[in-house]
Amino acid sequence: MKAAVVTFPGSNGDYDLYKAAQQVGFETDFVWHRERGLDDYDLVLLPGGFSYGDYLRAGAIARMSPIMEDVVAFASKGGPVLGICNGFQTLCESGLLPGALVRNDVLRFQGMDVRIRVERTDLAFTSGYEEGQVLRIPIAHGEGNFEADKDTLERLEGEGRVVFRYVDRHGNPTDEANPNGSWHNIAGITNEAGNVLGMMPHPERATESILGSDDGLSLFSSLAASVPALST
Amino acid sequence: MTRYSLEIRIKPRPGLLDPEGKAIHHALHSLGWGEVDEVRVGKVLYLDLDADSEAAAAEAATAMCRKLLANPVTEDFEVAVTGALEGAGS
Repeated sequence: MKAAVVTFPGSNGDYDLYKAAQQVGFETDFVWHRERGLDDYDLVLLPGGFSYGDYLRAGAIARMSPIMEDVVAFASKGGPVLGICNGFQTLCESGLLPGALVRNDVLRFQGMDVRIRVERTDLAFTSGYEEGQVLRIPIAHGEGNFEADKDTLERLEGEGRVVFRYVDRHGNPTDEANPNGSWHNIAGITNEAGNVLGMMPHPERATESILGSDDGLSLFSSLAASVPALST
Repeated sequence: MTRYSLEIRIKPRPGLLDPEGKAIHHALHSLGWGEVDEVRVGKVLYLDLDADSEAAAAEAATAMCRKLLANPVTEDFEVAVTGALEGAGS
């Protein structure tokens, strides 16, 4: 059971992601963005950070990296791909996920713990959670405001492709609980097939209680439990 | 070959929240320019490139916008050829 952490110049969440994958039993490698080939892997992880300094748009240049062609091919064969923060932005830029992540409406970089609600538990990423469970997970981004045209947004809701939503302590998606202005408090979405997940919060930074929360660990252990079945 | 200068203007799509424009709008109002109705913030890219014709230069820049320079979800773009230098380039 092998996981690849794709690393771009400017990635900074790669080691945390590596450790989280290892912690749940994945044999994990870093794969540099100029390398090619993901055929040996069962899971692909795109880390957070500021690839290429966020020049032009967050994720816009990273998605032109040679390895992204392989990420697209891996995803189209049904392989699970998780993009966190800058990884989410890169998945949107690459077209694997719809929409775009624009400047936070508060015009500030937001670095804090937030609460997110699990909206779907039938995915390889979330099978270890309860539906409606509220997780405490940190965010750290300046451009996490999810936008898309109205049709796309309505389709995402209609097809139940919102996986995580920012909520308050009672589990309600209020404006106050929304750290960046995302439409309908969207914190994470999946593709039509459900094998690509993009999310702004950092579950890999919430994998041990000594870090303040281990609510993110179940995402990785869900993958560890689901991935063997996916690759057979 | 002629060397053409181009300006690529990228702006947020209408209807899309532009928090930066909104903040500048507030600042202008507080400085007394209450007549300012809306501010949108985009960017301009200045490119020099060699092409056989003005149309070919504009076509290349349009392709660049579609592939990389603009995000069709959030941005519109315009390409303008602003200058030409005959015999330049090789």
